[in-house]
Amino acid sequence: MSAVQNFPLQSADVVPANITRTRILIGLTIVTIVLVAIGIAMALGYAPTEAAQGEVQRIFYIHLSAFAGSFIAFSTTVVGAAMYLRTRKVKWDTLALAGVEVGMALALINLVTGMIWARPIWNTWWTWDPRLTSEAIMILTYAAYLMLRNGVENPEQRRRFASVYGILAMTTVIAVLVITRIRPDTIHPVVIGPSPQNTEGGFEMTQRIGSTIGINSTIWSIFVPITLIWWRIRLENLAERVRAVKMQVLTSQER
Amino acid sequence: MKTPFLRAVMAVLRKDLRAELRSRELVSSMALFALLSILIFSFALELDRDARESAISGVLWVTVIYASTIGLNRSMAMEREQANLDGMLIAPVDRTAIFFGKLAGNLIFAIVVGMILLPIMTILYNKTLILPPVFGILLLGTIGFSTVGTLLATMTVQTRARESLLPIVMLPITLPMMLAAVRATTGILNASPTDDGVTWPQILIILDVVYLAASFLLFEFVIEE
Repeated sequence: MSAVQNFPLQSADVVPANITRTRILIGLTIVTIVLVAIGIAMALGYAPTEAAQGEVQRIFYIHLSAFAGSFIAFSTTVVGAAMYLRTRKVKWDTLALAGVEVGMALALINLVTGMIWARPIWNTWWTWDPRLTSEAIMILTYAAYLMLRNGVENPEQRRRFASVYGILAMTTVIAVLVITRIRPDTIHPVVIGPSPQNTEGGFEMTQRIGSTIGINSTIWSIFVPITLIWWRIRLENLAERVRAVKMQVLTSQER
Repeated sequence: MKTPFLRAVMAVLRKDLRAELRSRELVSSMALFALLSILIFSFALELDRDARESAISGVLWVTVIYASTIGLNRSMAMEREQANLDGMLIAPVDRTAIFFGKLAGNLIFAIVVGMILLPIMTILYNKTLILPPVFGILLLGTIGFSTVGTLLATMTVQTRARESLLPIVMLPITLPMMLAAVRATTGILNASPTDDGVTWPQILIILDVVYLAASFLLFEFVIEE
């Protein structure tokens, strides 16, 4: 890194490497890993085994928490996108991009854990339930965001379009949240509020279950997204530096 | 001095309508595609009468959406190819007036195609679709699709992938709209008296307002050069 660090760079888009920030980030990462481990330990050991569903119900703590995390990450994208459109500072667009990628990863965790749970409980990996379908479409929306970014050559235009789309894409996240309310034929259980009558796989909330849910979703909606988004931003800044160095090397050779 | 908002909107709309009346390029390709689509669906579902009857509103909306993506792509590509968009951007009008003008044109074309579809589907699927409430839902649904579509098509025609990108970015975003429109149409066709006939049109209206507001705010970021 040191060789790169001393290279004089003029491009305005390049964020200089900062060793203190990286150290803070590594510290935060360790904290996050420990917290996630504590959360998993609580889900496996502290929470009681659910009477009807048995051990498989424990996956729910990660399932819900991962969705909470993806919601936070996608909300970060909206903030980053709106701020980019207002200020036109590249860092906000980097934040939005990081939010999309981290949100997609967490949404995939949510989807996969849900499928693992659904196999014994609903007796199928996948069903075209409104909530499952809307979640899959939500992930595809953000895949479309990445495709849109790829499709635009001009960096300024790319950031602008991505910001507009990042704001619009939030509607699909909201759709996933409210769809169990407006389509009562879902079989997906609801955590907050009364479940629609067709749901299969809901369970009674006890104090131990409640605190496991609370702690896990706090960890996954604060520490996990922040750490991952930070790493993603760092990666993007480094990639930007590499691009700038390459450009400089190329132009210096021409001279 | 700026042209008054409404006059600018009408001017953009008149331009689109006149171009369409002379070339008949948009509506004819959209209508032909729509016709093909319902025929294909009709064949595909032929084996099962019940499936065909219950799938009718889904077929209607899928066809309308795909037909509108074709129309939107053409409509915006025309602006790009002949540098119309640059001309309109130079003109002393509100940027949002351009948006509403384009939206009005795209909306009219989509509704015309929908209106052509309804009688043909009534014949092919043996179920009366020519009902005033169905027209209402068709109007509400196409407003939503055209709004988001106009905004997104303005972006995608400026990208490298062009035509192929519009359905990819538009279909997931309009999914809630699609869902509400299909449910509302099914509710009307099954003459279900309770919530379906009232709740879903209400959701459609809410979505229309949300999409209109969002597109209104975001459009100026899509066309600045």
